[in-house]
Amino acid sequence: MRAVITVIGKDKVGILASVSALCSEYNVNILEVSQSIMHELFCMIMLADVSKCSSEFSVFAKACVEAGEKSNLDIRVMHEDIFDSMHRI
Amino acid sequence: MLNTKDILETISMIQEEHLDIRTVTMGISLMDCISDDIHRCCSRVYDKIARKAQNLVEVCNTIEAEYGIPIIHKRVSVTPISLICAASKGDPVLLAKVLERVSGEIGVNFIGGYSALVHKGFTPGDEALIKSIPEALATTTRVCSSVNIGSTKAGINMDAVGMMGKIIKKTALATKDNDCIGAAKLVVFCNAPEDNPFMAGAFHGVGEADTVINVGVSGPGVVRSAIAKIPEGNITDVADMIKRTAFKITRMGQLVAHEASKRLDVPFGIVDLSLAPTPAIGDSVAHILEEIGLEQCGTHGTTAALAILNDAVKKGGVMATSHVGGLSGAFIPVSEDSGMIDAAGCGCLTIEKLEAMTAVCSVGLDMIVVPGDTHEDTISAIIADEAAIGMVNSKTTAVRIIPAIGKGVGESLSFGGLLGEGPVMALNTKSSSKFISRGGRIPAPLQSLKN
Repeated sequence: MRAVITVIGKDKVGILASVSALCSEYNVNILEVSQSIMHELFCMIMLADVSKCSSEFSVFAKACVEAGEKSNLDIRVMHEDIFDSMHRI
Repeated sequence: MLNTKDILETISMIQEEHLDIRTVTMGISLMDCISDDIHRCCSRVYDKIARKAQNLVEVCNTIEAEYGIPIIHKRVSVTPISLICAASKGDPVLLAKVLERVSGEIGVNFIGGYSALVHKGFTPGDEALIKSIPEALATTTRVCSSVNIGSTKAGINMDAVGMMGKIIKKTALATKDNDCIGAAKLVVFCNAPEDNPFMAGAFHGVGEADTVINVGVSGPGVVRSAIAKIPEGNITDVADMIKRTAFKITRMGQLVAHEASKRLDVPFGIVDLSLAPTPAIGDSVAHILEEIGLEQCGTHGTTAALAILNDAVKKGGVMATSHVGGLSGAFIPVSEDSGMIDAAGCGCLTIEKLEAMTAVCSVGLDMIVVPGDTHEDTISAIIADEAAIGMVNSKTTAVRIIPAIGKGVGESLSFGGLLGEGPVMALNTKSSSKFISRGGRIPAPLQSLKN
């Protein structure tokens, strides 16, 4: 299963590093990364393979949300299919 | 990879515009629970629901976590209890209590199907069930009841209409210390759908499979904010924008319905293409109508704006799912919609306008609080009017009306949670008693002769 990780917040040093470290901790493989600055907001989208995740998907998703809250970022992890089904016919 | 704009759009729909799956409802047939002994019937009903729906809440919670999309309600609908109870000739309230107990244990917040289908006439089982509704709804918290009193094919059973006015009043009286909430769990239908996932009107029709998963989507906030992006667009642009948005919302419903059906190993039934409001700010159907260009919901133009909305929601949604069903369309429950509450409170939205609106939207007079001293025949006459609109237009209409016992115009009832709060709305005070007391049946209209 592949998941989309979105990170939105104020730009600062080390966002990519901290999210990648979290992925590595849970054995989540990052497949693609795109990042941009929109309206002064840092916006990063990662496509990751979570099939070998070392814990339950919901545990990893919760860990991401909590890590985001600590560093004032909005981090969400969602199944890729939801975007596919909504935006592609 | 996916487009960044699309990803951010989905996230903002969920986070800021209250996009959610409103309900995943498991329909369960109880036909194999019928027995000549009411106690045996009760224990079979308990066993079957507990067995079939034991994983419903857990599976929905997992889907919610994986896909990041909130699933607000997990519910169960069952075969109309009048059919299940009839052979035993026992007290239907015993079954209501079983439904209450089992729904608590499996963790669903409502269970629908304390119902009777009497559009052409009563069986003794139907009559017993209808008479037991006030007690059943007063002694339970999760059980929902519905009665179908008319259809385009059969006409309207005016004896049932007369009876339901009394039953609604009695139900409100029996729960008067609790904001008359019993009446908020009771719907009177014309042309009731057999696969409706929404409460309080959900029941599992006799033509359905043994178990089935039906999903109701929502998202008034998403539609309103999409229309807000085209302030200069003409009405065609507005309709197109609603269609595009409804398509996206429904695709999500289809995905969740398929996942739930696969994980629970229960066939997928339908997706209900609905716009269901909640009292939360930014989740209002009335505010969509205001975004289209009305100063306040209820003013002249409201019916036309609602017709555009209802039609575009269906056109956008129908291609997004493999099976459409249920009520499908925009809901206008007054107490559950912050814009409607405001409009009704200031007198801009009246019951007459609401009645006109029900001719072009998915259901009917829904969650409307009326004065507590309203005569039961007046309630019956409101049901008859609403059922006539449904019968003639071959559509579902319903009445969920709450007499506010001990209260009058200017006061309000507060149900809390998603049922919201409603100001008491004024009714026409002239009598309809002679009309209701005639009884009999309104013959089926010419529209029924399609063969």
